Order: sequence, then structure tokens, then C-alpha cells
Amino acid sequence: MPIEIKLPAMSPTMEEGTLAKWLVAEGDTVEPGALLAEIETDKATMELEADEGGTVAKILVADGTEDVKVGTLIAIIAREDEDASAVEAPSATAPASAETQQAAATPDVENVTPKAGEDPASLSTDPEVPEGTEMKRQTVREALRDAMAEEMRADDTVFVMGEEVAEYQGAYKVTQGLLDEFGDKRVVDTPITEYGFAGLGTGAAMGGLKPIVEFMTFNFAMQAIDHIINSAAKTNYMSGGQMRCPMVFRGPNGAASRVAAQHSQNYGPWYASVPGLIVICPYDAADAKGLLRAAIQSPDPVVFLENELLYGQSFDVPVMDDWVLPIGKARTMKSGTDVSLVSYSIGVGVALDAAAKLADEGIDAEVIDLRTLRPLDKAAVLASLRKTNRMVVVEEGWPTCSIASEIQAICMEDGFDHLDAPVLRVTNEDVPLPYAENLEKAALLKVEDVVKAAKRVCYKD
Amino acid sequence: MIGNKVFQLHVPEPQCRPGDTPDFSGFVVPEAGAAARPPVDVDAENIHNLAYDIIRVTDDEGRAVGPWAGSLTDEEALKGLRDMMTVRSFDARMLMAQRQGKTSFYMQALGEEAVSCAFQAALSPGDMNFPTYRQQGLLVTAGYPLETMMNQIYSNSADPLLGRQLPIMYSSKEKGFFSISGNLGTQFIQAVGWAMASAIAGDSKIAAGWIGDGATAESDFHSALVFASTFRAPVILNIVNNQWAISTFQGIARGKAATFASRGLGFGIPALRVDGNDFLAVHAVAKWAAERAHLGHGATLIEHVTYRAGPHSTSDDPSGYRPKTEAADWPLGDPLERLKKHLIAQGIWSEERHAQAQAEIDSDIIATQKRAEKNGTLHDGPHPSPKDMFDDVFANPPAHLIRQRQEAGI
Repeated sequence: MPIEIKLPAMSPTMEEGTLAKWLVAEGDTVEPGALLAEIETDKATMELEADEGGTVAKILVADGTEDVKVGTLIAIIAREDEDASAVEAPSATAPASAETQQAAATPDVENVTPKAGEDPASLSTDPEVPEGTEMKRQTVREALRDAMAEEMRADDTVFVMGEEVAEYQGAYKVTQGLLDEFGDKRVVDTPITEYGFAGLGTGAAMGGLKPIVEFMTFNFAMQAIDHIINSAAKTNYMSGGQMRCPMVFRGPNGAASRVAAQHSQNYGPWYASVPGLIVICPYDAADAKGLLRAAIQSPDPVVFLENELLYGQSFDVPVMDDWVLPIGKARTMKSGTDVSLVSYSIGVGVALDAAAKLADEGIDAEVIDLRTLRPLDKAAVLASLRKTNRMVVVEEGWPTCSIASEIQAICMEDGFDHLDAPVLRVTNEDVPLPYAENLEKAALLKVEDVVKAAKRVCYKD
Repeated sequence: MIGNKVFQLHVPEPQCRPGDTPDFSGFVVPEAGAAARPPVDVDAENIHNLAYDIIRVTDDEGRAVGPWAGSLTDEEALKGLRDMMTVRSFDARMLMAQRQGKTSFYMQALGEEAVSCAFQAALSPGDMNFPTYRQQGLLVTAGYPLETMMNQIYSNSADPLLGRQLPIMYSSKEKGFFSISGNLGTQFIQAVGWAMASAIAGDSKIAAGWIGDGATAESDFHSALVFASTFRAPVILNIVNNQWAISTFQGIARGKAATFASRGLGFGIPALRVDGNDFLAVHAVAKWAAERAHLGHGATLIEHVTYRAGPHSTSDDPSGYRPKTEAADWPLGDPLERLKKHLIAQGIWSEERHAQAQAEIDSDIIATQKRAEKNGTLHDGPHPSPKDMFDDVFANPPAHLIRQRQEAGI
């Protein structure tokens, strides 16, 4: 059996890569550990090594091929006792494009979003997207970068700082290209001190600039939370309205993949409990862009919670100069009549998957994306409840004192007469997130649990 | 009238970026054996120069020279070489395992092996390290089983941490290795707290805190120095200055003004700067600091000057921010080669014995890896048991967790 070389996942979140360059040619003999190729991932360029020695029989993906899916067969090496010239390439070796896979996997949101005014559950006042507006397929990562670049072009008081944001282009490549365009006075690499640069940014905002403070992850912002809550959130209030603190704290939040207990927490409920803060938690690329622009323009401090697993996912983004979305407005992702699934961030994808499964069983679920956690769009939640009379909250986070608890309280206080069943919450298990693959999967939010809860509130379990 | 000045911020830049020829001409390498060795009860104010110098023992011919020489027997030095070779060989295998998808993440100590291996050799059983990344040498030197380390890296059914912690974030109470914190810096002040608890309890164990050059910017670093100084905690505070915090060169955390070690002086803590690639020097300095702590004179700050020869982790590509050949030009050389040369100069080692030892170590590690993989790897079972997920959240499992476990059917 010849050795099949497949594109490896060089980081837990890598889904596809670019085959930058082959370092061997067909017919070359390679030793174990020899460098075969340079692969560009979402984070870095890395060298692929041969695990075993042999002769390179076939190279199946050419230099410079982009979007090669992880697991695609890229080369075949004949073992020492095999004849390299006799090795046949399997028939279907074309690299699957990540773009096409993604297109198939993502529900077509545009088609199911009701037009404003048609549906009582939709209170959206998103900017009208005129007929014929060009749509651009973009990753969430690119949409966030574009939002920052557009605001930085429009307002020279906006700047971005954080660890690895400049020279390295961002730990997750969200600030890609910004250093080149805006220079090192506006794209600033900081020393490793979240407490330090959150405080520095807060001071700069008090001094009239509009900082975007990037945390490598919100888990590292734990030490900066004093500046965020005790200073940024209260400046306007405590100064009797004299001083403001217009800034954005942004970065990935929630569980990624195999980064365990200290790096996998959802801080949405933490920050959403604080008066004075705006908390935004987008799901798709259009929302990421429109809401980040709104956040940068906001006169109040904004905690903008992204999700590492969504960074590489592609969605349609309208090509519009004024694509700025309203803060505090939920969005109906899928209209339905039987049960409301309320979620935000990566949970929206889980809710949409669950809604598709429920449809197969004859249950028509409505999916609401909260988008902003503070201020929370109570009206949208209650309107959806009035329509379906049943609700399940889907949250990638812990159950206690969660956004789900808050939604339950809203329904209890203001929607009691419309409830046909108790509001249920589907969340992660109430434990620190374990590392091992099987345990991580078992501890995280699951589509089947959402389906089960939805059937239960419909009394169809 | 003085005119208003238009201010410009200063953004430090490293000497070289990719494409440049590495240039360490500004890096002064002091003569081996030249630094004085003060008594362990010295006041910080009398040894300011040691915070700016680099204490070196092994000279270019491999001889151990000067007042810091002689802290190790030949046998101990031979063990040190073997420990460093083991760490390097282990790292190479585990890096390969990551590339093969058997684990998701790995960090090599390449080029920095002397720092942890020599330091651990100066500690006593019961002393506690609060390590940061790249200190697997502490465990290897302390005799922690390599197979257990691999089980942790693979997060498999024999993982001593039950599948909960990131690869390489080992934890061993017995071997004095407090778990690594992925949130940088936190353990520096915790090491001081541990040491103070040891003193309050009337114990004789000391603690060692570890931090990288970049993370000295964290407030934990400054808090640690305040408490260690005020209460004369029995602690050794180590800064591993390996020149790079991922892509950020050490000047971003330090500025050009001073050394990292010199930060200790403002707190009245003796601060020693040591050649981190010189096994004999690291050991001598660690031993000095341990003795100082044991005799009740309080804390020592050590800056280990070294170079991170590999990437930050398997998610990093250093060719994007520094010249590819910079490691080869690092003026303090390679720690393994330097100790090997010393032992050959001593007449107790040879190229032949070295090659033989290398082959033994490599084959032992491959055999260990095969055993560990029988317990599973990241994707191929057997995996940790799901029931372990609900344990240890609290000392006594609360009812709702027991219910969750039952509902999950485990």
C-alpha cells in the first residue's frame, strides 16, 4: 500500500488551507521527517513533513491551490519496496472547495427572513437592502476586518490595539492588512497585559479617541474586567454625563475547539448584566460587519463578543457603503408557528439545524437571533412567544444566571398569559469544559438536545 | 516662550525582520568566569551589576571557570546532559505526533532545555514549581514518567488529568509541578503565595515562579515582586527571556532602558542575570538562590537569557516575523552542545558515547510512545471516561450534576 498524504489539520480550527508550495517533486526520494510542502492555514504558514520515507509517486494538488479541505488527498508516496511509477491516483482527487461545502451546509437565511412589516414577529429595522444589491460571500473574519477598516478610514480617531494585532496580523488574522493600510500608530502591538492595555484604551477613550481593544480571547480579559466594568461602563454615569468612554472591546468568546477549561468560556451573560455596557454577540458575517461598525460608532462602551469557530464560516454580506445595523434589535432567522428557538452567536447555527430536523418531524420552529444581549430585544422575544406560545432558549454557555435565565424571566413576567408550556433552556453541561474530544462533545450544546426540548414543549415527546 | 512640541510615540523595533541578515553585534557576551559570586545573604543594593551582567561558567573551550563553577559533580552533569537530550528527543517525537493528528497542540523547548533541566537539579523534593510553557525539563529531570506525559498530551484513557486539560499542561503534585496556566502570568504571584504559606506553616519547602519575557508586562509580575520583597518569601522568581513572545520581540515588554532582571532592584530583591544556555551557570545560580531562600534571606529574581529556537507552538510560524536563520546565529550557542563539549573536555564523555546515548534515548522514546498510544490518542480511542467529566467540579458533587450525569446515561 502506498502512503497517502492528506492535507492535515495543523490547528484544531483549520478547515482548509492553501497549498503554497511543494518542496518535493514526483520521483524524489524522501526520508522520514523530510519537508514535503508549505501549507498556509488560517493562522500561519507551516511545513508538512513526511512521517515515513519513500518515493514521491504522485502530486495531486498543484502549487498555489487555495481552499483545499482538510483531509483532501494531496500526494502519494510509494514505500521503499513499491514501484513509484506504477502507483495510480484515485479517480476523484479534485480538492473540494471549502466555499462550496460551506454553501451547502449553511441554511439560506435570506430566503426565510420575512420582509419588514409582513410578519408580526419581525421588529427588525435593518437598513433596507435594495433589490439587486450585490452580495459578497465573506467569512466572518473578513467581515470584521472590513468593518474596522471602513470605520478607520472614516474616522481618524479610531485605532486598534492588542496582542499580535499588527505585525502578526492578529492571533486569528482578524486584523489582516490593517497595519499595512493604517500604519503602526493606529494598529498597535501591545505588551502582554490585558489589564494594562484595557486600562490604557479606557484612558484613551476618555481622552477623546475611539479605541478598538482586541483581546486574544475574552478568557484573557478576566484580568481586564475591572477596567471594563468599574471604569469604562461607568464613566458617563459617574461624571454626571460630562465624560464618555466610546470604545470597543472585541475578540473571540465561547468554546473553540480543544482549548479546554480556561479558554472556552462564554462571557455574554457576565457583561450583559452590567448597566452602562452594550453587549453584542453576532452570528453571521453580515451581522458581524454591520454591528461592529455600529459598535465603533457608538458613544457608549461596547463589548463585542465574536466566536472563533465562526471566523472561518462564509455568509452573504450586502455590498453597501452604509451597512450599519441597529444595536438592540433581534432578527428572525426563520419564521415558524409551533415553537420559538431563541439564541445568539454560534447557538443560532445549532438552532437552525434543530429547526431543520424539527421540520422533518412536522414541527415548524421559529428561530430568533438576539444579536445584541444588552440592550436585549424583549419586544422581539415576546412577539415570537405570542405567535408560537412555546419557547426554547439555545445557548452555548452554562445554564445558571445565563441569557437563557433572563429570557425565561422575561417570558414569566411579561408573557405569562401566552405560555402553553414552561420555557426550557438548552445549554452546555454545568462543568468546566474538558479537553478530550469525546468529553468536549458531550459537554457542549447539542442539536439533538434542542430537538428534544422543542418536542417536549410541544408535548410531542 | 517654548514652542509646543508635536509628540511622536516611540514604537521599538527588533534588530531584524524576515529577509534581513541576523545581527547580534549589539549583544555583548561577557567573559565566562568573570562575574563575582556574592554570599547568599547579600543585600540587593550591593550586587546591582549582576542584574546587568550575564553570569557564565562554561567557556568557549568547554572549561568550567570562575567562582560560580563547581556546583555539580561529574555524575550530576552527565545526568543533566541526558535529561536535556531526553527533552529534545521527546519534543521531536511529540511535534511529529501533532503533525500526524495524534494531538492538537504541542510546544517544544528547543534551545531552552538547560533552563529547566539545570534549575530542577538544584531543587529538593517537596519544592514546588509554578511553571510556564517550555519547562517540560523540570518534569523530565524530576523523573516524571515520559509515558505519563504522553498520555496527558494524547488526552487518552490513561491521561492522569482525565481528559480535562490542554496538551502539555501537565500537573504533578508529587514532582513539584503545579499545573501550567494558559492565562499568562497568574502563577508568578501564586508562587509567592505558596512560598508564604510554606513559611507560615513552618515548613522548609521553597517555591519557584516562572514567567516569560513578554508576560513580565502583566501586573501579576509586579504584584509578585512587591509581596516577595515585603515578606521575604522563600521563593525563586524566574524570568525566561527567550527573546520572543510569539511575534513580539522582548523590547516591547522591556523597552530599551534596562534588563528584565534589573526590575528586581527597585524592590530590593537580588537580581541575577544568567546565561540560560549554560547548564553549569543556570545550576549554580539556582543553587545560590535556593540556599538563600532556605536560610531565610528571602527571594531572588533570575533572568535566564536564552533563545526560543523553535516556533512559539504548533500554531505559529516564526518565519513571518524573524529571519529564518536567526537561531543559528544566537551568540550563546546551543545548551546541549555546550554541556557535551564541557563533559568531553573533562574527559568523562566522548562523541561515541554521545551517539550511543542518543540512539538509546531515541529508541526508548519511540518504545514509550508505542506504549502510550495503546492507551489512545486524540482521535483514536480509548478515550477518557465520560463519567469523569462530572467529577471534581466540587469536592462533593451537587445533586444537579449527579442528575446530569444520570441523564447522560453514564
